[in-house]
Amino acid sequence: MDDLYRELILDHYQHPHNHGEIPDADISYEDSNPLCGDKIRIDLKLKNNVVEDVKFNGKGCAISQASASMLTDELIGKSLDEIKQLDKQFILDLLGIPLGPTRIKCALLPLKVIKAGVYGINAWPGEEEEE
Amino acid sequence: MTHSGLNVAAIREDFPILQQTVHGKPLVYLDSAATSQKPEAVIQVLDEYYRKFNANIHRGVYYLAEEATARYEGARKKIQKFINAKSHREVIYTRNATEALNLVAYAWGRANVQEGDEIVATVLEHHANIVPWQLLAKEKKATLKFIRADEHGLLRADDIETMITAQTRLVAATMASNVAGTLTPIKQIVARAHAIGAVCVVDAAQAVPHMPVDVQALDADFFAFSGHKMLGPFVGVLYGKRALLEKMEPFLGGGDMIREVHLEYSKWNELPWKFEAGTPAIAEAIGLGVAVDYLTALGMENVRAHERAITAYALDKIGAVEGIRILGPLDPDQRGGVVAFSIPEAHPHDVAQIFDREGICVRGGHHCAMPLHEYYGIAATTRASFYIYSIPEEVDKLVETLAKVRQIFKA
Repeated sequence: MDDLYRELILDHYQHPHNHGEIPDADISYEDSNPLCGDKIRIDLKLKNNVVEDVKFNGKGCAISQASASMLTDELIGKSLDEIKQLDKQFILDLLGIPLGPTRIKCALLPLKVIKAGVYGINAWPGEEEEE
Repeated sequence: MTHSGLNVAAIREDFPILQQTVHGKPLVYLDSAATSQKPEAVIQVLDEYYRKFNANIHRGVYYLAEEATARYEGARKKIQKFINAKSHREVIYTRNATEALNLVAYAWGRANVQEGDEIVATVLEHHANIVPWQLLAKEKKATLKFIRADEHGLLRADDIETMITAQTRLVAATMASNVAGTLTPIKQIVARAHAIGAVCVVDAAQAVPHMPVDVQALDADFFAFSGHKMLGPFVGVLYGKRALLEKMEPFLGGGDMIREVHLEYSKWNELPWKFEAGTPAIAEAIGLGVAVDYLTALGMENVRAHERAITAYALDKIGAVEGIRILGPLDPDQRGGVVAFSIPEAHPHDVAQIFDREGICVRGGHHCAMPLHEYYGIAATTRASFYIYSIPEEVDKLVETLAKVRQIFKA
């Protein structure tokens, strides 16, 4: 009935991929969306600067959790440099749903977390979702 | 709802925004705790001000400036009467209720709270009545403590007695919670604060729009509320007891708040203008005066009766939804017109989004009360809030849509 909540999104929300933690993660970062309190933490295990394993943990709305589930699926096998190239459009294409200005922040939270984690928060060039 | 004394059908005609459709559905506005809608009379007076009287106040000797000043000060007297303040000098216009609370923290708190003193707030507070006290406590090395609530969102009577001690200099408490809806025993809190010589700051942002208030009967020292939640434009108000305000240094410095300025020193203007630096929100203040007229004509007892009735109806209907959790007391006598809830299937953000498709405006999130949500172990809630124009049919629409949400999210 609702294109925003099509089956793929709901399936990732209710049965998220890569959900959990990596105790000896090489990179681990967490952030939240102050508007709604959505929280995402992503753990990465690397081998030669390539993602060998990834897990995410968090709570939040269907959009942010489905986005994390789909994004983490894409991360395995990618190098850190490749992760740095991921952008907003990449996430929007993954989700494939129209998003308003408020919900786009939900969708982009996981990307924000992974980029801040990969760059290191101080070296991170900027807010991905700002336009 | 006619037994409340409000003619809600006629009231709804006064609100142009309610006449429209959103996403092809009639607008159902259930977010008045965030900001209320504005009646035609308020919208018109803003228009009239800019067309006929726009000028800066307090300085000009020409017709426009005098008219603008008279209307701005006239609105202050209406507000004074509405909350039963002793003098118009005790009514200060601010940007919003948040600024009103910060004014107290800055101008009273910094001069009167010392290292080792205690500030006592409650777990029901909006961020606006927590963060200014955190900043003050940090600066002064004072301790910030919180009166707890029970599982029904009622403040614990024993905490009111034991948390407020001889070391307490300031007590900050809400009169009505913006999430749990709780009407707090504010008179008792003020009395307890006074018994040990502390001042009491009341956050009345969710109270003044919805029920009769009397700052003298309450004996509140400071009392903050916002015009935009009570049919008015975006302007806030701080009431303060004159004896306290007279002793305080200014909050912001600049034009209008001074009597004399020399290069080395200045003398402050008298109350209330000592606390109104710079050009204020003139049209908005005048608009608030008209909003006060509108509410006064309805009768605040009638407003409260109507909201109590629709809240009781909502508690019944929403409460009957399987698996739902409603925050706050379930007795409508103990709460204002705010119903925050959570359902196990869906996050409030998703609930609010699906509601939007049906033309229903509700809030999904923590409603600027993260500590309260943490306290109850919930990340966020969906909140419906009511006002004079809310009708039972809107509650029915909400409950129907809740069923749709559960249909979409059924695992």
